[in-house]
Amino acid sequence: MTITTASAGPVSRLLGIEERPSWQERPKAVTTGAKGAAIVVILLLILLPLYAIVLTSLSSQGSINEAGGMVIWPHGLTLAAYREVVDGGVVGRALLISFGITIAGTLFSMAVSILAAYGMSRSGSFGHRAILWIMMITMFFNGGIIPLFIVVSALGGYDQYWALIAPSAVSVFNVIVMRSFFAGTAQDLIDSAKIDGAGDWRILWRIVLPTSRAVTAVIALFYAVGYWNSWFNIMLFMPSDSAKWPLQMVLYDYLTQNSQMVSAAAGFQNAVPTLALQMAVVTITIIPVLLVYPFVQKHFTKGLLLGAIKG
Amino acid sequence: MTDAVTSTASRPAAPVVNSNAPGGTGVNSSSVRYRRRPWLTRLRRDRTLLIMTLPALALLAVFGYAPMLGLVMAFQDYDLYDGLLHSPWVGLANFQQLLTDPGFWHAFRSTLELFSVQLILSFPVPIALAILFDSLMARRLKGIIQAVVTLPHFFSFVLVVTVFNEMFGGAGLLDTYLRNHGAANPFNFMTNPGTFKFLVTSQIIWKEAGWSTIVFLAALSAISPALYEAAAVDGAGHWLRLRHITLPGLKGIAILLLILNLGYALTFGFEQMLIQLPGVGQSSAQVITTFSFQNGIVAGNYSYGAAAGLFLGVTSVILILGANKVAHLFGEDGLYRK
Repeated sequence: MTITTASAGPVSRLLGIEERPSWQERPKAVTTGAKGAAIVVILLLILLPLYAIVLTSLSSQGSINEAGGMVIWPHGLTLAAYREVVDGGVVGRALLISFGITIAGTLFSMAVSILAAYGMSRSGSFGHRAILWIMMITMFFNGGIIPLFIVVSALGGYDQYWALIAPSAVSVFNVIVMRSFFAGTAQDLIDSAKIDGAGDWRILWRIVLPTSRAVTAVIALFYAVGYWNSWFNIMLFMPSDSAKWPLQMVLYDYLTQNSQMVSAAAGFQNAVPTLALQMAVVTITIIPVLLVYPFVQKHFTKGLLLGAIKG
Repeated sequence: MTDAVTSTASRPAAPVVNSNAPGGTGVNSSSVRYRRRPWLTRLRRDRTLLIMTLPALALLAVFGYAPMLGLVMAFQDYDLYDGLLHSPWVGLANFQQLLTDPGFWHAFRSTLELFSVQLILSFPVPIALAILFDSLMARRLKGIIQAVVTLPHFFSFVLVVTVFNEMFGGAGLLDTYLRNHGAANPFNFMTNPGTFKFLVTSQIIWKEAGWSTIVFLAALSAISPALYEAAAVDGAGHWLRLRHITLPGLKGIAILLLILNLGYALTFGFEQMLIQLPGVGQSSAQVITTFSFQNGIVAGNYSYGAAAGLFLGVTSVILILGANKVAHLFGEDGLYRK
């Protein structure tokens, strides 16, 4: 590890090594070695499983048999599992369903949440505190799973896609985070817009939203990750209609060893290795998270969400 | 400026300052003045804002408040066809049954055991990680490591359990390795009820330790470097500085997070347990939340499940409010301010 290199060589510039303050003693070789080892172990604990999963999804049945299961040495790579997914069947359909729910759900959640957040963000407006309390109570207490199930069933939501979106569409926490950012939007700007005759819709659309792009982007990503990852909603409202399942439920089905039914439905014979296909599903579940992750990270390291988390 | 004139005309009490300076220097005094107006005027003025909150309120009414009303089924012998209005009332019978049900008390004990083992073992991890990351001089390397360890926070529990299964399960990497090296019947970490608490703990550490590190790193960066410098000049070595500057600097946020965690003692890890219940079995993985789900939805005994749910809801509110009270006593904000 090059942690101790203080000279501004190409390596230290690549790693962005900072100057050590003059009062700080140079660390002993043992300390540096221990730190380096700890970091390698931490990275391996997270990356090795992901690597093995991706590699197995790309492996032929031959190399999987040879390894006796998960593959860690690349050999005999093939895209057969992914071709199977693209060609349709349960997994391909589940992927489309997951995308559909995530996109529709995020748009719906954002529309409702932005309106609610702005509606409560103007200080001194009528009843905004009461409305905030009405919303916050649901953060502390809820009816629990069974009454929710009864309500959704009574509305005809069993086996319906809207049941996977509507019950969790409003995250009061997200609304409160956005509200506090909207409230911080320059009051001067809003007042001058009002004087020029702009109504609340126009102020929200033309002033508040453009100046709060960072927070709305992060909240949208949080909603999207939430919809993409949601599993229990499916378990509760759509447990048996496997033709309608999103990806997480297919993954769960594999996990609980009921995969015979799914692979039979997809019409696999022995052409595609089951383990490779399962690992392809895992990989496909991870990829969208990986794609949006850099954007979320950029914002939360800025401390955008920290302030929110601390209230 | 004609617009300015009409807008001041529609609010007679607004100060004249506004029409002179579009920047609005008199904003605060004017908003104070609006508040004193009769409520009907304010209602009419803010009707657009109120309309904007309606969709969210409607959703919360249907999926938040209606289920709360539905909790009355805990005092009924609820029948799907009779509905809430016509199901017979049974008073506290469901709760009597609950409190004498050995299955419920077993789930209660499992909940407390899993929660405390998990909390004690996983809580120090992000603190240690934060101190380690903070000590790295390589800024970019630090960024990469942090990005990697935070990543699993965005994975679903189905995914996390699958990843663990491929590592430690019956056909996982470790199992295969041991089999190839002569172990006839390797230990299966994924289905062993006795070690389930450690499995739960390691999953939580794998998924959340990196995410929790962010809060501690922020607390570390708030410690003034002058403190370290002064201590170093006075001859305090690495460990002394860690003990007397770094750890005290983390104490406040650590206590706050610990207290807030306690508020969720009875409801933690619902998905995590439910996913692993088929593999591990009821003896270890059945917690109160899964008990309520399995009795209420799976077995169709809605009233009994709702009674367990109501018990959970009420105790959780007490725990969360109590935890916040304690946080306030420590001079911290908690979930909400005093």
